[in-house]
Formats: sequence, structure tokens, C-alpha cells
Amino acid sequence: MRNAVWLGILLAAAVALPWAAEAAGQPATIGLATRILCLGIAAASLNLILGHGGMVSFGHAAYYGLGAYTVGILWEHFRLGEPLWGLIPGTNQLLITLPVSVLVSGVVAAAIGALSLRTTGVQFIMITLAFAQMLFFLFVGLKAYGGDDGLLIRRRNIVPGLDLREQDQLYWLCLGLLVAWLTLQWRIVGSRFGRVLEGIRQNERRMAAIGIATYRYKLAAFTIAGMGCGLAGALTANYLRFVSPDLMAWQKSGEIMVMVILGGVGTLLGPVIGAAALVGLEYALGGVTEHWQFFLGPILLAVVLFAPGGIMGLFRRG
Amino acid sequence: MAEPVLRVQGLVKRFGGLTATDDFALDVQPGELHALIGPNGAGKTTLIGQLTGEIRPDAGRIVFLGEDIIRLPVAARVKRGLARSFQIVQLLDDDTALANVALAVQARAGHSFRFWRSAARDPALLAPARALLAQVGLERAQTRVADLSHGERKVLELAVALAARPRLLLLDEPMAGLGAAESLRMTETLRALKGQFAILLVEHDMDAVFALADRITVLVYGRAIATGAADAIRADPAVQEAYLSEEAA
Ligand SMILES: Nc1ncnc2c1ncn2[C@@H]1O[C@H](COP(=O)(O)OP(=O)(O)O)[C@@H](O)[C@H]1O
Ligand SMILES: [Mg+2]
Repeated sequence: MRNAVWLGILLAAAVALPWAAEAAGQPATIGLATRILCLGIAAASLNLILGHGGMVSFGHAAYYGLGAYTVGILWEHFRLGEPLWGLIPGTNQLLITLPVSVLVSGVVAAAIGALSLRTTGVQFIMITLAFAQMLFFLFVGLKAYGGDDGLLIRRRNIVPGLDLREQDQLYWLCLGLLVAWLTLQWRIVGSRFGRVLEGIRQNERRMAAIGIATYRYKLAAFTIAGMGCGLAGALTANYLRFVSPDLMAWQKSGEIMVMVILGGVGTLLGPVIGAAALVGLEYALGGVTEHWQFFLGPILLAVVLFAPGGIMGLFRRG
Repeated sequence: MAEPVLRVQGLVKRFGGLTATDDFALDVQPGELHALIGPNGAGKTTLIGQLTGEIRPDAGRIVFLGEDIIRLPVAARVKRGLARSFQIVQLLDDDTALANVALAVQARAGHSFRFWRSAARDPALLAPARALLAQVGLERAQTRVADLSHGERKVLELAVALAARPRLLLLDEPMAGLGAAESLRMTETLRALKGQFAILLVEHDMDAVFALADRITVLVYGRAIATGAADAIRADPAVQEAYLSEEAA
């Protein structure tokens, strides 16, 4: 009950943020907050497999990049008026680009998961990283879509009832989708499927011994997580109006993982708070030094050593 | 005799130069409580691992309810009614005792690709789980496994195995580490279960074994050196030399 009240207050504050930012004469804050929302979805999706399923995927940015590139490539073909492979027409309609991004990311996650999940431990970390790097280099080599220079999206996607060129409207769209995604994930975690996932994290051998074919459940979770991250990427592409292979580089995967750990592994809001903390840190330290990531190391070390539950863990204790 | 629940023939498992299971054969009859005894390192746990599918044998046949299951993975064997308890308890330490059993009930109830409805308050899972905890006599249902005593965890291990509704229950040293009173209670719990399904009991506690077993197989260095009724095994000089005397020493 107390939690529900806090969530309500938090949500109200988040909804009011664009007005507050305008009133305070800080409209740039809205852009920063939009980035946090997008990365929050990405980190939350990783948390589903990392925090609840115990699967340490080090290639999660692959789906972030795929979601973003889906929007970019559909835009490019829309702009040129040439269908992809002579078959698939381009589009700038958000109601098409978002579901297609989620679908593409989900299909690729299912394929990569099907192979990676045959391994565990360090091998799993390395193989998910390897697949993400393969995709990274694939897009670096795709000169038709800008190669490593990336691809400009001159105009954000169109959606009935909203004008995404207005940054507060894009912000609210991202906020709505974040809330929807967190709600979905909250239900999943509490469902029968979520119980199985949680059991696999704690003791996979036990799960097999009660008759659970664990591989299928891990694969389903891996696919759902990839879909969520694809959604995050599609929104990011709209926010940035630009996509590049950097979105799926291993550094991005690392960043997303840091957000989860910083915010609190296995918690509902932790990944979003972690995203806010990291983006805020980058903003604050980035103004001081170009090598802001240098300071990230000690901070992360401190969290792992002194607050293993992340920022959410500190709240819980207090 | 009736068709056995389990028939093992010519089972062999080698770990490098060590033969942990050596041309092993075993029948378990319907409703029978069959004890498997033998000194430490005889290969009892390795045998259970092969029966459940965790360990792949090098040769041999395992026929369960008339079906050759040697190629089936662990979960598929459990679905057919082959459940086990672990010598070293394997439970979900962060969850309560009740949640552990409820998850096992859920696993038996069909697939778990259900993504929306809350499982934690589902009476279809909780009611059978509570009944199982009552059956084994575990009172602290809402206590986290990490906070349970060793004895309580051994009892919980049994409840989780029972949730699978076994046709054959493989128990790997259910009394290991229990105090005298706890051992007696476990013996009574097993006696109450006896006859409902077949049980293969691996156990060092000879009082419990002789109190419960219909037949006993003695395993030494991976070989079954004797199989027979409890009294015959107790009297067998080869068995006494190989195992029972060592136990007494
Ligand atoms: N995975 C393994 N690799 C190598 N040797 C093993 C392995 N598992 C068991 N062993 C060996 O096989 C023998 C039988 O072990 P085990 O089945 O645990 O015996 P028991 O349960 O009868 O005490 C022991 O000598 C043990 O060291
Ligand atoms: Mg053993």
C-alpha cells in the first residue's frame, strides 16, 4: 500500500516534469529525461533475464541497436521511396515501426538465445558478447545505411494524435511505454512463468528435478528481454533522429548492465533508477572531464562492495 | 511376478579409470521399497544420477514403466513419474518452504507459459503444497529455506519430491545428518508412504533400512554383490564382510 502511494507520487512527478522544466527555464532537461526513459526500458528488459533469470547476457545492446536500426532503415526506404529488397516498403508511421522493431529484435534474440543458452557461466557471457559484436560489425559494413557513420532520420516518426517533434510529447510517449513495459514485466515476474525463471536463477538443477525443461523457459525470457530492448532502441532512434553501430557496441551492453547493477538487480524500478544515475553522472562529470567513465569504475566498485542491492537496496534498508 | 516399475540392465559408468557403475542390474517392483546400501564411494549417488538422467551412462538399459528412458532428459523422466530427493539438498534458498513446494506443484500441473496471473496467491498451487508440508510434518511453511534447520530441509526435500506425484521415488540418503529423533520421524514418514508407489532408498542408517525395506541391494565398487530380502541380506556372509562389518567397526 505504501509502495503504491510512492509509485503514484513518482509517476505524477514524472508526468509533470516537462512543465516543471519549462517553468524553470531548463527545457534541455526534457531531452535528458527522455534518454533516461529509453535506457530505463533497455535496462529493465535486461533485468528480466539478468536479475530474475540469472542469465548474464553481455550482448544486450544488440537488440537496442536492432530496434533503432529498424526505425532508421524503414525511414531510409520511406525517404528514397524504394522498398527494401524490392518487397518491404519503408514507413515513418510509429504504429508500424515500433511493432516491427520489437518483432525484429525478438526474432534475432530467439535465434541468438537458442544457440547461447546451450552454454552457461562465462561461456554464456562470451558467446552473447560475440554475437552482439558480429551484429556490430555487420552494421559497420552496411554502407547502404551509412556504415560506421550511421544513418540520419530527418524527421521523427508520425503517430496519430501526437506530434513527436515536440520534445515533451515524445517524452510522454516514452514515459507511457516505460510504464506499460514495467507493468508487463511486473506481471511476468509474479506469474507462473516468473516463478520458474526465479527458480532457474536460484537452482537450475532443482528445477529440472521437479520436471521443468529449463531451456525453453530461459529462451522465452531471453526473447522477451530482447523485444523490450528493441522497443527501447526504436524510441531512442526517434529521440536521437540518428542511428549508428555504436548503439550496439559492447560498451553500450556494458552501460546497460551497469545501470541494472547500480540501480538494483532483480527490482522493478532499480534499472530505471540506475539509468537515471548513470545518465545524470555522465551529464555532471561529462561537463568536468571528457574521461568521466574513469570515475565510473570506483563508483561501481563501491556499489558492489558496500551496497550489493544497488540504490534500491539502500532505500529498502532505510 | 508383475512387470517391474524399474528395470536396469548392464549399466556401466566410468569416470576416467574409475568404474563407478559396473555392469549393474536392478529390478524394482510396484509398491516395493527397495533399499540400496553400500559404503561411501560405492557409486550410489552416481547410480541415481543415471536413473534421473543427470549422468549419461556408458552402457546399459534403463526401462521405466515399460519404456526405455535412457535418452530422455531429466525433466521428461520426472514427467513420467521418476522423482528424486538429493543427498545434498537442492532447494530455492531465497524462497519460503511453501513456495518451494508450490513451485513443484506448479511444475506437475502442466506447462508454466503463463505470464500474467499471480502465482504466489494461487490456491490451486498453495492448497496441495500445504497438504504436502503437513504430510511430511514441516510446520514452518512461511520460513525461508535459508533459515530452516538441516533436518527441516531434508524433510522439505522429500515434500518437493512428493509434489511430482512419483511412480518411483528415488531417495538419496534422506536421513544423512539427521539427529536420532529426526531419523525416527523420517522413518515413520517413509513407512506411511510405503506401498503408495515404489521407492528406491539409498541410506546408511541400517536401523531405518531394516525397518523399511522389502528388499535390499548391496553395492560395492559399483557392483551389486547381493540382492534379496532384508533378513537374507543381513545373514549373507559376503555382505557382512564387505559392508556391514565395516559399518560396525
Ligand atoms: N563427476 C565425477 N567425476 C569423477 N569421479 C566421480 C564423479 N562423481 C563421482 N565420482 C566417483 O565415483 C565414485 C562413486 O561416487 P558416488 O556415486 O558419489 O558414491 P556414493 O554415493 O555411493 O557415496 C566415487 O569414487 C567418486 O569419487
Ligand atoms: Mg552418495
